[in-house]
Amino acid sequence: MSNLFNSMIEWIDKRFPLTSNWKAHLSEYYAPKNFNFWYFFGSLALLVLVNQLLTGIFLTMNYKPDASQAFASVEYIMRDVDYGWLIRYMHSTGASMFFVVVYLHMFRGMMYGSYRKPRELLWLVGMCIFFVLMSLAFTGYILPWGQMSYWGAQVIVSMFGAIPAVGETLQQWLLGDFTLSDAALNRFFAYHVVTLPLVLLVLVFVHILALHETGSNNPDGVEIKENKNPQTGIPVDGIPFHPYYTVKDIVGVVVFLIVFCGIIFFAPEMGGYFLEYNNFIPANTLQTPDHIAPVWYFTPYYSMLRAVTINFLGIDAKLWGVILMAGSVVIFCFLPWLDRSPVKSIRYKGTYFKTALALFVVSFFVLGWLGTKSPTPLYTLLAQIFTVIYFAFFILMPWYSKIDKTKPEPKRLKE
Amino acid sequence: MADSFSINDEMSGRRKFLVAATSVAGGIAGAAIATPFLLSMMPSERAKAAGAPVEVDISKLEPGMLLMVEWRGRVVWVLNRTPEMLESLVKVEEQLADPNSEKNQQPEYARNRTRSIKPEILVTEGVCTHLGCSPVFRKEIAPADLGPDWQGGFFCPCHGSKFDLAGRVYKNVPAPTNMVVPPHTYLSDNRLLIGSESEGSA
Repeated sequence: MSNLFNSMIEWIDKRFPLTSNWKAHLSEYYAPKNFNFWYFFGSLALLVLVNQLLTGIFLTMNYKPDASQAFASVEYIMRDVDYGWLIRYMHSTGASMFFVVVYLHMFRGMMYGSYRKPRELLWLVGMCIFFVLMSLAFTGYILPWGQMSYWGAQVIVSMFGAIPAVGETLQQWLLGDFTLSDAALNRFFAYHVVTLPLVLLVLVFVHILALHETGSNNPDGVEIKENKNPQTGIPVDGIPFHPYYTVKDIVGVVVFLIVFCGIIFFAPEMGGYFLEYNNFIPANTLQTPDHIAPVWYFTPYYSMLRAVTINFLGIDAKLWGVILMAGSVVIFCFLPWLDRSPVKSIRYKGTYFKTALALFVVSFFVLGWLGTKSPTPLYTLLAQIFTVIYFAFFILMPWYSKIDKTKPEPKRLKE
Repeated sequence: MADSFSINDEMSGRRKFLVAATSVAGGIAGAAIATPFLLSMMPSERAKAAGAPVEVDISKLEPGMLLMVEWRGRVVWVLNRTPEMLESLVKVEEQLADPNSEKNQQPEYARNRTRSIKPEILVTEGVCTHLGCSPVFRKEIAPADLGPDWQGGFFCPCHGSKFDLAGRVYKNVPAPTNMVVPPHTYLSDNRLLIGSESEGSA
């Protein structure tokens, strides 16, 4: 039996680089031996991606991308299709969990300096994945054509109208109509199920390829490739990804799935944070709901969008809001060049960086919380203060990271 | 990999020219083939044809009442303002960004304090000029959430923009301009036509 298997592999290897790729990316891909809790979220993001693709395909079998039928077809999936409710809740919960794991994955990178040289491109590809993910979440949220779908889309599409000169034409081009209507729903469906998933898959592939070129960073920020066994050429502080980290990741998957199933079966709406109550009302083009807020993962940026209320530097408040909102996401791309610290990992960084990162996390959460609230003068003021802190974290980084008192980085990983 | 086959060295002027010409021709062909696809995403002929004017009977619109009408997929408000409401327009003027409607957000005949043809009847698109939400009609005076200075007006729940009862925007809110007054005309005392300025052009 094993002979047959071996000769089969041999037959394939002569025609396709199966064994060599298995080795290069799994059984002989050496990863630092000190991965901790924070290193679960890359593989979990892959798991959620597979979940979204699979459940998404089954949802398209019953969903209708038509403004007059979309809402009813989603209710049909929920009530009349066998296990339709399960597949839809897997998909909607998966969307939120995608952001949970990706945010933790990004925060890991920020803590341990995973964006630093030589991983700048890896970080940039990751940021592209994040942009595509946001577009996927946005286009997906429109599909049920409920009140939040409609008015959320109205707000986002109107942002393009704020761009000087070409704004209005661009908006019509995006909508395929003069207002948000059936034409837009139909094309957002095309983006959500064809264009964006294809782009996402390619980017994920490139992300992993780039990772395997530089090798993984680790909680100590030590480059394990600088310390290779002279005989074997294998990094002395590395262990093969398979079986060591595949087994570790499976533990992470099990814990994740427990949480995931808990949400699906007991709190699929997550108190209005994963699925908003207003989206159980069909879209009404004549009336905005009294309280409108995006899904939780967009609320920090949404807070910044509405934080600007005065015109300055000859640009009106509306355009400033859009600039800040876009800037708050794009600015992550510059991290590799903003961080001037001699060390990578937070373990060896000083008080300035640690304080700055803590303030950034606080401002992210406060802005996120504010984004779920109706704007009052006090909340607007808070949003303005924390928007400044959010941006200060990035803009002042070249200075505070440089004068920060760091500890010496070790040459090798500790046991 | 041999040094003798480095592309730059081997390229004669003629070959360079051919490579450049082929690249340019290919680029033009790429742009040409992209054009129909990109243009297919503009509003279709059917979408352009939609948008006929709508006629509204306002005889039953009591003072203080707001009527919502759909025109071109957008909501248009018709508000019958009471004398008190009209007085409030003067009171709030100092807090407004463009009290005299200088920015081009209305037809000439609505460029006045009440932004209307008939002083009491306001006709305006119920669309916030910030990001397209539909503001809420808040006619009560000085409610807890809007502050003691509130004289009645429209409040956008999305991003907190405020407008007075003539659709004029307040200072220091995200919305940049007054609300849009659509072209409209009166066919008779109580018959309002929204979307056109004359009966004939409908």
